[in-house]
Amino acid sequence: MNHNLYLYLLVAAGVTYLIRALPMTLIRKNIKNKFIRSFLYYVPYVTLAVMTFPAILDATTSTWSALTGFVAAVLIAYFDGNLFKVAMGGCAAVFIVELFL
Amino acid sequence: MQTQENKKWFLAGMRHGVPIGLGYFAVAFTLGITAKSIGLTPLQAALMSFTMHASAGEFAAMTVIAAGSGYLDMAITQLVINLRYLLMSCALSQKVSERVRFPHRFFISYFITDEIFGISSTVPGELNPWYTYGAACVASPGWVLGTFLGAVVGNILPANVASAMNVALYGMFLAIIIPPARKNKVIAVIVLVSMLASSIFTLLADIIPLSSGMRILVLTVVIAGIAAYVHPVEEKEANADES
Repeated sequence: MNHNLYLYLLVAAGVTYLIRALPMTLIRKNIKNKFIRSFLYYVPYVTLAVMTFPAILDATTSTWSALTGFVAAVLIAYFDGNLFKVAMGGCAAVFIVELFL
Repeated sequence: MQTQENKKWFLAGMRHGVPIGLGYFAVAFTLGITAKSIGLTPLQAALMSFTMHASAGEFAAMTVIAAGSGYLDMAITQLVINLRYLLMSCALSQKVSERVRFPHRFFISYFITDEIFGISSTVPGELNPWYTYGAACVASPGWVLGTFLGAVVGNILPANVASAMNVALYGMFLAIIIPPARKNKVIAVIVLVSMLASSIFTLLADIIPLSSGMRILVLTVVIAGIAAYVHPVEEKEANADES
């Protein structure tokens, strides 16, 4: 069967967009339920933490450089918090460690 | 006054969008290389990135395209891989004011990526849509351009530079979650538990086969659910954390 590439992309983009847009456009009121409010408040922290670790350990060519990058990023985030410094600090740590591996 | 406020948020968004854009560029570059390998032209690859803004989703889309599977397969694959955005969208719907109208909600939704959601959902107080737009107008070109160039030139970055750039996005996630964890013990515990649980599920991948998208979704629902039950957030408390 021959498929059209643009139709593929349309389906993929359409589904992806609907998932992102439905709650945002349909839930217009502030939710009063305390449990749901708390749940949604905690969502970003859980999601980002789950996505970061342990996936970061496989992101570079060596687990050790990745682990160093992770530790460096956590420390910079803890003491400074600047988004750019944390991201670049993590990269720099990986780069330096890999020079010695 | 309101315009002034919007402009302030837009510029803040742009500032925070810079590291996202750089990280995106590196990741999207790899995406472009893959796109080239399955026969997409650079413009088609860029179109895919512009319309989807989703790394795992785009890799999956290319797998479907390369395999020549049906359109329904494409739809289902995208639904499963991107389901976490549904949850992010719910969370963001509570982060903007009730007064924010449909057009804004429509456009914010377009930019719900892991990273832009991350910074948007953790700004102090309510989210001004212009903050998200500011971040997106810096980050999105990094994503689209990275895909385009990756598909044009293929693999040219030195291996060690590419390797180092790969942690940029994770670094950003850490920059979003660690400072609040420092101020708030509950969030600190949640972050630790989340990383631990995620590690356990990754180690047990052979016994409990979950795609990474599903793992993120399931763990988020369970851990955020338990946290909300054990430690419901007081209205005042939430605002105090954020300021």
